[in-house]
Amino acid sequence: MENSLILFIVLLPLVGAILNGTVAATNAFRKKEIWGEKIAGIIAFTAVGISFLLSLYAVFVKMSGLEYISCTPYEWISIGELKVSVTFLIDHLSAVMLLVVTGVSSVIHFYSIGYIHGDESSVRYFSYLNLFVFAMLLLILGDSMPVMFVGWEGVGLCSYLLIGFWYKDDEKAAAGKKAFIVNRIGDFGFLLGMFLIFANVGTLTISGVNEFFHANNSMTFFWTNVAGICLFIGATGKSAQIPLYVWLPDAMAGPTPVSALIHAATMVTAGVYMVARFHGLFLAAPIAMNVVLWVGAITALFSASIALYQNDIKKVLAYSTVSQLGFMFMAAGAGAFVIAIFHLMTHAFFKACLFLGSGSVIHAMGGEQDIRYMGGLKQFMPATFITFLLATIAIAGFPPLAGFFSKDEILWNVFASEHGSKIVWFIGAVAALFTAFYMFRLVYLTFYGNFRGTREQEHHLHESPKTMTVPLMILAALSVVGGWIGIPKLLSFGAIPNFFHDFVGPAVEKFGHVHIAHYSHAVEYSLMALSVAIAFAGWYIARSMFRDLKHKLPDPDKYTGLPRLLWNKYFIDEIYIKYIVDPIKSLSTNVFLNISDKKLIDGAANGSASGWNKVAGIFSKFQTGNIQAYGFYMIFGAAIAVLFVLFVF
Amino acid sequence: MGILSWTLLIPALGAVLMMFLPSRDSYTEKSSASIYGWIAFAVSTLTMIVSIFVLSNFDNSMVAYQFQENIKWIPQFGLNYHIGIDGISILLFMLTTILMPVTVLSSFKYIQKRKKEYYIWLLFLEFTMLGAFVALNLFIFYIFWELMLIPMFFLIGIWGGTRRIYATVKFVLFTVVGSLMMLAGIIYLAILARNTFGEFTFEFEQLLKLDIPVQTQLWLFAAFALAFAIKVPMFPFHTWLPDAHVEAPTAGSVILAGVLLKMGCYGFVRLGIPLFGEAALIAAPLMQTLAVIGIVYGACLALAQSDLKKLVAYSSISHLGYVILGLFALTPEAIQGSILQMVNHGISTGALFLLVGMLYERRHTREIADFGGLAHQLPVYATVFMIITLSSVALPGTNGFVGEFLILLGSFKAAWAHFVMHQEVFRLILMVFATSGVILGAYYMLWMVQRVFFGPLTNEKNKNLKDLSLREGLVLIPFIIFVFWIGLYPKPYLSKMEVSVNHYVEQYQPEALKEQLIEAPQHTETIEHKTEDVHTEH
Repeated sequence: MENSLILFIVLLPLVGAILNGTVAATNAFRKKEIWGEKIAGIIAFTAVGISFLLSLYAVFVKMSGLEYISCTPYEWISIGELKVSVTFLIDHLSAVMLLVVTGVSSVIHFYSIGYIHGDESSVRYFSYLNLFVFAMLLLILGDSMPVMFVGWEGVGLCSYLLIGFWYKDDEKAAAGKKAFIVNRIGDFGFLLGMFLIFANVGTLTISGVNEFFHANNSMTFFWTNVAGICLFIGATGKSAQIPLYVWLPDAMAGPTPVSALIHAATMVTAGVYMVARFHGLFLAAPIAMNVVLWVGAITALFSASIALYQNDIKKVLAYSTVSQLGFMFMAAGAGAFVIAIFHLMTHAFFKACLFLGSGSVIHAMGGEQDIRYMGGLKQFMPATFITFLLATIAIAGFPPLAGFFSKDEILWNVFASEHGSKIVWFIGAVAALFTAFYMFRLVYLTFYGNFRGTREQEHHLHESPKTMTVPLMILAALSVVGGWIGIPKLLSFGAIPNFFHDFVGPAVEKFGHVHIAHYSHAVEYSLMALSVAIAFAGWYIARSMFRDLKHKLPDPDKYTGLPRLLWNKYFIDEIYIKYIVDPIKSLSTNVFLNISDKKLIDGAANGSASGWNKVAGIFSKFQTGNIQAYGFYMIFGAAIAVLFVLFVF
Repeated sequence: MGILSWTLLIPALGAVLMMFLPSRDSYTEKSSASIYGWIAFAVSTLTMIVSIFVLSNFDNSMVAYQFQENIKWIPQFGLNYHIGIDGISILLFMLTTILMPVTVLSSFKYIQKRKKEYYIWLLFLEFTMLGAFVALNLFIFYIFWELMLIPMFFLIGIWGGTRRIYATVKFVLFTVVGSLMMLAGIIYLAILARNTFGEFTFEFEQLLKLDIPVQTQLWLFAAFALAFAIKVPMFPFHTWLPDAHVEAPTAGSVILAGVLLKMGCYGFVRLGIPLFGEAALIAAPLMQTLAVIGIVYGACLALAQSDLKKLVAYSSISHLGYVILGLFALTPEAIQGSILQMVNHGISTGALFLLVGMLYERRHTREIADFGGLAHQLPVYATVFMIITLSSVALPGTNGFVGEFLILLGSFKAAWAHFVMHQEVFRLILMVFATSGVILGAYYMLWMVQRVFFGPLTNEKNKNLKDLSLREGLVLIPFIIFVFWIGLYPKPYLSKMEVSVNHYVEQYQPEALKEQLIEAPQHTETIEHKTEDVHTEH
């Protein structure tokens, strides 16, 4: 159904971005303010807030009883069979994303007003933040691959701008650049997948593509899987999976609300959303599904293991995000797209809460991010502590908080689905154990024990202002109750409907769904109990090690063996730089520039020029200016001519 | 005389009239504004206005050349002043007339010596470029093609940097080598035409009717292709370009990148492929390979540069690789993309050269290492630079994306059809490398932005830099408008060339490829039909 309401949802943040962006540039140019952070914050928050309210209205009123509503403002590109309309579509899948994105964005915009207070570039900050929401909405609501791609790269741009927001710090600017380029590697895969699909399908609309692979797939098995894997490469870039996850930990250089919004709750989940969006294609590509499953599982374990040894509060959360995204891909790879989206949603709540909580902590600590110098903060900032703890319990998977339902469902589906695997289930279970451990380690080191920072820091410890704690409370509440809309039938004995599944299911199971092997209830219950036991185990170990930390944490530089490997993140960054980045640079300079361009090509050109010079030089020797010599040439020539005539003819 | 002739005549007349003005400013006078500058600006603006009349009267739905004028010059040799314009040339024509006033405006401060001459040459250059785009007689085309060298020779040779003589000689020698090959080819064609039709002719339309044996076609194509490839420039004939760009004054670089390089691409699309269709198809894999090498190689070299202008120059080689790739794919998407990309490149690279030039005017250096942290000092300049950078790295929403996307998509479609027909994997591999250009492109541009604009502002000399002036702002605004206009709503541009390109593809696309590609749309129809059904069910 055509509905222009959607246009307002999408464009409001853009209007905010343009307004604040223009003012930010003018302010910087004229060195005086048209308006400052206060008005900028209000404009940005209002734009996103209204967008959220309109989204609620669109989803629950306009869309009720309908499969989807859409809006097509104009046709973008139309050449031959390539027809790309700018179409925004809200169906039951994008509706969930829409609400999560605009909802969490509103909360984080509000939080930002307090957080960015006093920064000279706050107007620019709000402009970028709004622009991000706009791009994210394009990504979610775009009904064809190119429009989706506009949002896909648009969020990448905003991520780049916001990571490097404090660009005067070279390291932060470099982190932004790294994020953009690593994302581009993923986009390279996405583009190839899109081309391959277009060459075969002849259309790029999402429903057209899904329908093609579902109903009349004329591509061979091999190429169908190639297409799936190409798209998934795009997802590994955006959603920070192996081998392209390296940008996300560095992205923590950005302001903390940005980490919460972009690098935890919304943008990084785009890859999961995309896989669910193209479930028709992925279900036709079992090998690609398997790749998704395994990459997800290995990433989940791998980055959870790195998180065990990190001391930077934001880095722990960053690796945790990578790991949780791995869980989502495990679910998607097992064919449980509903669960993947469910975990995406619950994760958005508790991870945003954790990041904002860490922002509150960092704020109080005067910029310190190392948990070795924290400790005992719970008495100074009770609101931050309680919300952080609740979110931790949620992510660790304790019932009945949000994370329990989604994570348990993932493990169950990986265990039982025809696309799943028992080994992957085991990997996931170990990753879940690690999750509970590193999260509680973080909580104990930050909030319990004695304060380990400087006296001056201790003096300044304070609870954050209301603009920051209220968002924390909202997100903490959602972390607690957010999972209740998706309670599995098994637990409620069918008494409570699984709202989430009923809502999203039709959209992501439209093009076939995966068969779940039949197990007795006993197996299911015992697996669930095991999930809970794992969470308890992780908590207990962390508690016994870090609750009342007496001794100082060891100096990471003195680590040996496995801890050294984990502390250094498996040296992946170093390996990439040494074996990929540096060779490209040195190939460019030493081979392409100095040898092939300067020596070979220019050498040949200049060589032929100097060659002519030499030939000319030989002839110029004869031009002596000496009359006798010329006379000699003349007679010599005449003689030759005479001889020629005499003897040859 | 028709309106199209006026667009040629106005700059030519302007140049001639300016010659008779007294040389008020001596070789040494230092004044920022100059009467000659304003005259040149007025003349080029007038040309632009007339060209807009051409554009507004242009009929999108016509295949044939429009605004044709045909005046006999030396009829016994078939030399006619025959001009006209169609959907393939109109955008490049407009690009030229719109870029010109902007470049004139951008020269006011940079050019401080021999101003009168400088503007005369600029206007003369405009005349020759426009002439080459509208020529419909091969001989006239060749005359304009070669005439273009003369003003460029002086522009770089007199107003260039320290190594300008080396750069000028290199530029001219490279180009002339190719052009002479083409001249030989042109004469051969004319003789062929006489043998066939009984009289000399250089008319495009007539020459297209020639039935040339493939073997001969290959030789002729090689001669023409060499001339075009040097002009584009394609790997491995590109080394004149960075030198010419670095030494040229800003306006020279803008025109060079914006329009002159397009002559090579235009030559391929207007002459190379149509005249020697079979040879072009045989050579297509080679041309596409060179194009892809150019994409990757140019990007790698851009990465290795420490001079801003050289970096932009090498990025041109990479960008134009895309254009050639698309032209030889011979699908409507790719060719429209290529033509649009020529315009896009004129906009984004032209703007980059302007921006680098503005920085140079302030600091008299282009070394990346001399900068750092400029974003804080020059916020508006940095913002504009960022927007243009994004257009250059083809971020969706900017003009660069539409062009690059269409080229890659259309070329992939052709490569896939070849794969299905004869299991030919080679072109698919080429496409993978071509697409990898999006990574390298982002790398060298963003790395440069980081080194110039971000980080702490350490260099003392940069602490007093002034942000954009009003004149500079006015120069840059049109570029920004086009970046977003083409990026968000490319329809007016694409629809100008749609009919012409479709007709073109219809004629020159190989039959086998055509048949292979026709199968795909049938799928589409069934799918669209089906999805509609699905929608209506609910």
